[in-house]
Amino acid sequence: MATVGRALLILALVVALYGVAASIYGAVRGRDEWIASGRRSVYAIAALVTGAFAILEIAFLRSDFSFATVASHSSTTTPTFYKGAAAWSSQEGSLLLWLWLLSLWSSLVLFATRNQLRRVAPYATAVLLGFAAFFAALLVFKETPFELRAVAPAEGNGLNPLLRHPSMMIHPPMLYSGYTLFTIPFAFAVGALITRQVGAADWIRATRRFALGAWLFLGIGILLGARWSYAELGWGGYWAWDPVENASLLPWLTGTAFIHSIMIQEKRGMLKIWNVSLILATGVLAILGTFLVRSGILDSIHAFGASTLGIPFVTLIGVLIAASIGLVVLRRSELRSENRLDSLLSREAIFLLNNLVLVAMAFVVFWGTFWPLIAEALTGTRRALGPPWFDKYTVPLAIVLVLLSGIGPVIAWRKATASNARRNFLLPAVAALALGAVLAAMGAAERPLALAMFVCGAFVVVSVGQEFWRGVGVRRAMTGENPLAALRSLVARNRRRYGGYLVHVGMALLFVGVAASTAFNDARDVRLAPGQSVRSGDYTFTYRQATSRISTRDGELEKISFGAVVDVSRDGRHVTTMRPERGYYPSRDVTGLGPVGRFFEGEATSEIGLDAGLRRDIWTAMTPDIRRLLPTIEQGDRVFAAAAGKLPAQLEGQALGAALKGIVDKYLSDRPQATFRVISSPLVTWIWIGSIVVFLGGLIALWPGPDAARRRVSARYAARVAEDLGRA
Amino acid sequence: MDIVALLVILVVLAAVVALVSAPLRGRAAQRVRADAEDRVAELEARKEAKYRELRDAEMDLRTGKLSQEDHRVLDRQLRAEAVEILKALDDARG
Amino acid sequence: MPPARKRRIRLVVALSAAVLLAGALVYTSLLSSNQAVTPSDLRSAKAGASYQLTGKVVAGSVRNTSSGVDFKVRDREGPTAVPVTYSGAVPDPFREGREVIVTVRKEGATFVGERDSLVTKCPSKFTEDATQRS
Repeated sequence: MATVGRALLILALVVALYGVAASIYGAVRGRDEWIASGRRSVYAIAALVTGAFAILEIAFLRSDFSFATVASHSSTTTPTFYKGAAAWSSQEGSLLLWLWLLSLWSSLVLFATRNQLRRVAPYATAVLLGFAAFFAALLVFKETPFELRAVAPAEGNGLNPLLRHPSMMIHPPMLYSGYTLFTIPFAFAVGALITRQVGAADWIRATRRFALGAWLFLGIGILLGARWSYAELGWGGYWAWDPVENASLLPWLTGTAFIHSIMIQEKRGMLKIWNVSLILATGVLAILGTFLVRSGILDSIHAFGASTLGIPFVTLIGVLIAASIGLVVLRRSELRSENRLDSLLSREAIFLLNNLVLVAMAFVVFWGTFWPLIAEALTGTRRALGPPWFDKYTVPLAIVLVLLSGIGPVIAWRKATASNARRNFLLPAVAALALGAVLAAMGAAERPLALAMFVCGAFVVVSVGQEFWRGVGVRRAMTGENPLAALRSLVARNRRRYGGYLVHVGMALLFVGVAASTAFNDARDVRLAPGQSVRSGDYTFTYRQATSRISTRDGELEKISFGAVVDVSRDGRHVTTMRPERGYYPSRDVTGLGPVGRFFEGEATSEIGLDAGLRRDIWTAMTPDIRRLLPTIEQGDRVFAAAAGKLPAQLEGQALGAALKGIVDKYLSDRPQATFRVISSPLVTWIWIGSIVVFLGGLIALWPGPDAARRRVSARYAARVAEDLGRA
Repeated sequence: MDIVALLVILVVLAAVVALVSAPLRGRAAQRVRADAEDRVAELEARKEAKYRELRDAEMDLRTGKLSQEDHRVLDRQLRAEAVEILKALDDARG
Repeated sequence: MPPARKRRIRLVVALSAAVLLAGALVYTSLLSSNQAVTPSDLRSAKAGASYQLTGKVVAGSVRNTSSGVDFKVRDREGPTAVPVTYSGAVPDPFREGREVIVTVRKEGATFVGERDSLVTKCPSKFTEDATQRS
């Protein structure tokens, strides 16, 4: 089957190259049949890569260790869900996933636009096929998922236990969906530029949903990564300004700017150069993000070592940048604005400002991420920037962004009158400032930036709430529905608008959560003996006793965990009991390590003690002090090494099990000290709640309206306009 | 390479070639689309977008973002633009 | 004021703001960044200065202390190693032989790690090295 898989990928590469040629030939010569053939190449690649991906998945699910990648990343003891997801935990598997998603979305958009954009679509097809050819070539010539092992090992290496978390497994498909979906508007922008069709907004209309979908998926992917970091890793944070985190944030920032500024082009024919440049930059950044994670050029927790893919990717990115700049310069006459900015007090101005802030944020993140390389180029020494530098710039920009997101929905297009502005902003402003005053009195004034974010967040929530309120009022005036039905039909008939409003509310909640949990958290690292306590925030954490256990799966030892029972109380009253642990997985390397010691030399993971609440999260992680166990372990190593081969395997296994149980019990009886990190952090949950609201809002905005409703509405306006037509 | 794999690959190859070359062999459901038909589709999309703008403007009026006067001006302008599109549509439809 | 002039003023203001931001960025990045070094580079380290050290954890050098962990970091390829004292929570993937990044300050003969700055690079899943451990 691996041979079939390999053949499918080779075929996909050939078809992709053919498709590029056919599309361009058909476009240049105006020959429809070649254009159609090019489009069908995309469908064919989708089918071929689906087949290849299925073969890989089946190999993983069946634990077919003749596949080298299955042997390296899975094992028979890996749970089924993670077996399936392990397919993309490797370089070659993740490239295949990327290609698969690209082919699916490309097929979707080309099918949807098969009767439109006749001049633009062939070039867009060629661009998408070009990407497909690139990734297929990598998979065929450099990193193949279908490499076979001459001798299939009996057991695989298994999936890194740190990755055994649902978020971590869905995180790559979400991110890659975001990246690949951004290539769609990128490709159509390129096509529109080449064919001088970029003045009209047609290419935007056709790909708007894909840009929004990309934005949504990428955002979810980023948030899943943050959630995993918080709930699984032992440091208690959710964002570290790590280069690879930043790499995924960059296209998201420019993508957010794009989905706003295209509204201006659609409505007023302005910002054409800006839009096209934004989406070209977003596409390039998406490829850059894909590349950075596997390049090893920057020091990062995700830097999975130096790879062989550096040169191809850098070449591709270079070509993309050069071509983008070249195209924009060549076609700048088509990109002239039809209108001008009438007033600074208008939705256009707010959107423009929002764009500038987002691009500024993107620039800051880009600069900080690539600073090591820039500094090296400029000064000869590599230098690195830490989170405080990033925070210094992104926090004020984020505050401005949230504020703008409260103003934007409410202000009118073209020119808002002062009296109108007063009517719409008075209530939100007063409410927000009042809240700010209350919070300041409660002590929030110590952290002015956080306070500013709270005020702006409140402004957004009230402003959007006011919008919903008024909209429902209008609806009820028109139809007499009850409030709930009015709300439903209001949103259903104005999905883009109210979905967008919901996204703004979600983002405001998210940023409020970030501000509160960053500015007002209390984190401590302490070493405690059983019975001792530590205080964090209003909470007292008491280390009651040690825990230890051996976990088995299918009769095999999975991990040895040492933990603690921690009681948390507040003002003397018990709040919760947590059981943080550290789990030690055995190392598969039986040669270099002792027979007993190897159980403590594999991967280690933390089980976090987390009590989440609407007002605060209580978080704790512990590191056991196993120094006192080391003599026993070493003795065990010596004993078992000496007895190796002298006992039948089953007895040896039983003896080993007994030895490990002895060690595990010793940990308990020693009443050992342990190192704890305890954090009490306000409003963290609102980050996740905000994310869900953003997701819902995005879905609503994306959702296509039912045809019938659209036609009904159009008919009404058609009648009115027809009057004008008759009069004209 | 075992024979089953070889057969599978050949079948897939044939299917792909058939799929991709169908338009070239005149087998695909070919609708001879003149440039004009494409233009009609684009104009239809623009018409829908313009209607949505009209509706949004009315919504803005009702929720207090636009004054009566501003809305009258905007509405008239949008309707004029819509008329242009409708005229172009009529021309394109011939 | 004629609209064209207004627009030009806005453009100038916007560009000036951009230039200011860019200038601030460059200035502060030069000022607040730490030099990224390898253990060999640290032979000429200055006392009290902060560096971002990257290297591999030397096998057998890890000692758990009451507050954290002491270990040695060596060049990716090469034997030059420096001692590091780190207090605080140790990241889960931290192990001998793994590549780490840590911000350190020279104090006497050892380098003291800044809290929360210890990052262990995820075990290579994207590397050519086929001999994976666990």
